[in-house]
Amino acid sequence: MTTNILEMRGITKTFPGVKALSNVTIGVERGEVHAICGENGAGKSTLMKVLSGVYPHGTYDGDIVFENETVEFRDLTDSEAKGIVIIHQELALSPYLSIAENIFLNNELKGRGGLIDWNKTNFEASKLLARVGLRENPTTKIMDIGVGKQQLVEIAKALSKEVKLLILDEPTAALNDEDSDHLLDLILHLKGQGITSIIISHKLNEIKKVADSVTVIRDGKTIETIAKQDVTEDRIIKDMVGRDLENRYPDHTPDIGEELLRVEDWTAHHPQDTSRVMVDNVNLNVRAGEIVGIAGLMGAGRTEFAMSLFGQSYGSKITGKVFLRGKEIKTRTVAEAIDHGIAYATEDRKTYGLNLIEDIKRNISMASLKKLEKYGLVHDNEEYAVANEYRKSMNIKAPSVLVKTGKLSGGNQQKVVLSKWIYSDPDVLILDEPTRGIDVGAKYEIYMIINRLAASGKGIIVISSELPELLGICDRVYALSEGRITGELPIAEATPEAMLKLMTMEKPR
Amino acid sequence: MSNPTPTTSEEVQLPGGNLNPVENKFTDRLSHVLADLGKNGIFIALVAVVVLFSILTNGILLRPQNISNLVVQNGYILVLAIGMVMVIIAGHIDLSVGSVAAFVGACSGVFAVQWGLPWWLSVILSLGIGALVGVWQGFWIAFVGIPAFIVTLAGMLIFRGLALVVLGNANIGSFPAEYRALGNGFVSVGDFELDPLTLGVGALAIVILIVQQVRTRRGRQKYGQDVEPMVWFIIKLVLVSAAIGFFTWSLASYKGIPVTLIILAVLVLVYGIVMNRTVFGRHIYAIGGNRHAAELSGIKTRRVDFWLFVNMGTLAALAGLIFTARLNLAGPKAGDGFELEAISAAFIGGAAVQGGVGTIGGAIIGGLIIGVLNNGMSILGIGIEWQQVVKGLVLLLAVAFDVYNRRRSGGN
Repeated sequence: MTTNILEMRGITKTFPGVKALSNVTIGVERGEVHAICGENGAGKSTLMKVLSGVYPHGTYDGDIVFENETVEFRDLTDSEAKGIVIIHQELALSPYLSIAENIFLNNELKGRGGLIDWNKTNFEASKLLARVGLRENPTTKIMDIGVGKQQLVEIAKALSKEVKLLILDEPTAALNDEDSDHLLDLILHLKGQGITSIIISHKLNEIKKVADSVTVIRDGKTIETIAKQDVTEDRIIKDMVGRDLENRYPDHTPDIGEELLRVEDWTAHHPQDTSRVMVDNVNLNVRAGEIVGIAGLMGAGRTEFAMSLFGQSYGSKITGKVFLRGKEIKTRTVAEAIDHGIAYATEDRKTYGLNLIEDIKRNISMASLKKLEKYGLVHDNEEYAVANEYRKSMNIKAPSVLVKTGKLSGGNQQKVVLSKWIYSDPDVLILDEPTRGIDVGAKYEIYMIINRLAASGKGIIVISSELPELLGICDRVYALSEGRITGELPIAEATPEAMLKLMTMEKPR
Repeated sequence: MSNPTPTTSEEVQLPGGNLNPVENKFTDRLSHVLADLGKNGIFIALVAVVVLFSILTNGILLRPQNISNLVVQNGYILVLAIGMVMVIIAGHIDLSVGSVAAFVGACSGVFAVQWGLPWWLSVILSLGIGALVGVWQGFWIAFVGIPAFIVTLAGMLIFRGLALVVLGNANIGSFPAEYRALGNGFVSVGDFELDPLTLGVGALAIVILIVQQVRTRRGRQKYGQDVEPMVWFIIKLVLVSAAIGFFTWSLASYKGIPVTLIILAVLVLVYGIVMNRTVFGRHIYAIGGNRHAAELSGIKTRRVDFWLFVNMGTLAALAGLIFTARLNLAGPKAGDGFELEAISAAFIGGAAVQGGVGTIGGAIIGGLIIGVLNNGMSILGIGIEWQQVVKGLVLLLAVAFDVYNRRRSGGN
């Protein structure tokens, strides 16, 4: 047999209508740090969920061999019993419990009579904390320590379960540089103690620092596994993007006019941790008829930028200037932003975009009821007529505008959100992930709508984590990394490779 | 615009359109009736309760005097239910309304009886105090961000206490006649077997209802909206008109129109329009349905929350006035448990616990169901202990039915 601790062979996982993983094969050697790379949505997380039993045996095809034994996990507990522990991007700690309590959650150290032995719990916890290099009292509450330290607590928790294979899903996405370095050192340190790690990341310098081999996944398929000595940034990037761009985007001939929106020196901080800069001195502009893209990896600050601009809906200590047609405007509240002709269609339409228990008609009118007001009353027949017009022109597939939006498909919900904002008659539309969770046919329709809006002289900003989408529909693209604009390219020069380089460019340290 | 994706968009589906035109007419009508029954389930429940108790009480329930009493006895709960359902639609709750009613009742006693102020001034001052109470609670809820449950739980204690302070451990009684009319006055002309004024107002109400319904229907048709079949439309109008007619006849053959009913009718009309047709009302529904989405649509959610509680405070004051006037006494026990009856009325009337759903009309009918239960069981001589058990079960079943209904129609 090989020296591999883990082999996943021919893993195929399908969701209704989508093949998330197709025949993925990956081998991880005992005692190595193995990186898995890929664009957002390439299937990295799905693969790890298959491995850890979140998707139980039987819901996927293929074999998992762990320590030379074929395993069939039914849930997380099964995989943890074998020594496979996954640490998710969103930490799974209870903020009001102490560090020690969290470490031994659902694994409590019991003394005589089945009661929890707190002395032993805290003592064992402090030993584990020493192993991960965290100097904190085990009785400190989780909410009182920073995200970096919380990450270490997660690892300590994993160590308490005698972990053999540690999986870290984008472990440094929410950390500052110092904490990131510390975490990477710890991973190497644990490697010295014989713990194998899989690290999911798209930060290339990080990968080069810790990984012994890198597997690239794209569109749910393994592209190749590269050994440490052969790893180069260019090779990884090429593997990550190298897909054929078919005719998935409608043609668009830009007719670009005057400048509509200009943002200068826009800076915003984290709403709770007000010392953390989330949007760092962003400058950008949009002209009439122009479709401008903002590309950035997860955590680059795309949504944070858009929402802080849109009525300070996100962040704290926001500074910077906004100009509309050359005149400075204030956008302190959402109402103010809308009045100035800015619209923002959120990336999460179910949580932030729609009133799902209300019908299409009332969702479309929600941001512009003032327009329908006549003698102090909302003209409801007019409202119906307006909504019906949008239902036809935007091709919202519903028998009538009295259908509740919660019953529509993702694509049709998105058309309702777009209708709402188009009806508010903005100059500039910021569309955050306009095609997320939408099937291919509906995506094309959304692109057509975006083109139509641009052709009518509006300025469009599209935020997307799908690079091909941005390159397919935009006239100009900005790259965002760690809250900063790291570059701006006209579409002709924006190759995927050039963009990814900008998107992964880190702050000079 | 060329659209390469094959869609069915070109054949815009007509409202109620069906592939089989033969089936169309009947199924269309049937679906309308069924949808209406679903929507008016609460109304049917009221009718059922009324029928049940008129049989059990050998018709005493529907005697003119009792019908008149039903309105007067439940007036203050219905006033509270109006404000409460608005608060609940926005996703809040108000536990303090009973205490606020008692507090304002006590204040009005001081104004009208102890200080001897004119009745109208006492009323205005009292309503003003109610509004100030609303300002106080609205401030903590909307601008400080303390959950309404906590703020109004505190308010329940605070204003009950203040009521006792104002009363100084005594009852205040013997209000001026004009003041008392709020609770038990009647409007009528002269001595007739059947009061002509009441009959006239009833007839006018029926005419206005019909004209307004027909106009709404015409307006909808003009804008190409789906309307219910003519037959069903007429049947409904006839039924509702008959109900109003019977109600009017009952009042006319007793003492005339209760003042409380006039107040209620105005409130229902005004608030019905506010909730359905004004921007403010729409914002309340939007906030209750999805607060985040409402905020990101430019709705000033805090401001709406604030005014909602100011409104609730004012209505609680009005309820306090009506109750005090009816008893002709401002006492320390006044308003005890009002909040629970008002909240029950809103929920029985179809409001959703999570917010976003509910109607003024529903809350009123919910309140009437509770009122008929109270009244009917009292006539039957059922003890207060069993009355509470029955009311509790009705509340539970009404909400359970609602939840079941929503789940079945795939609301989630």
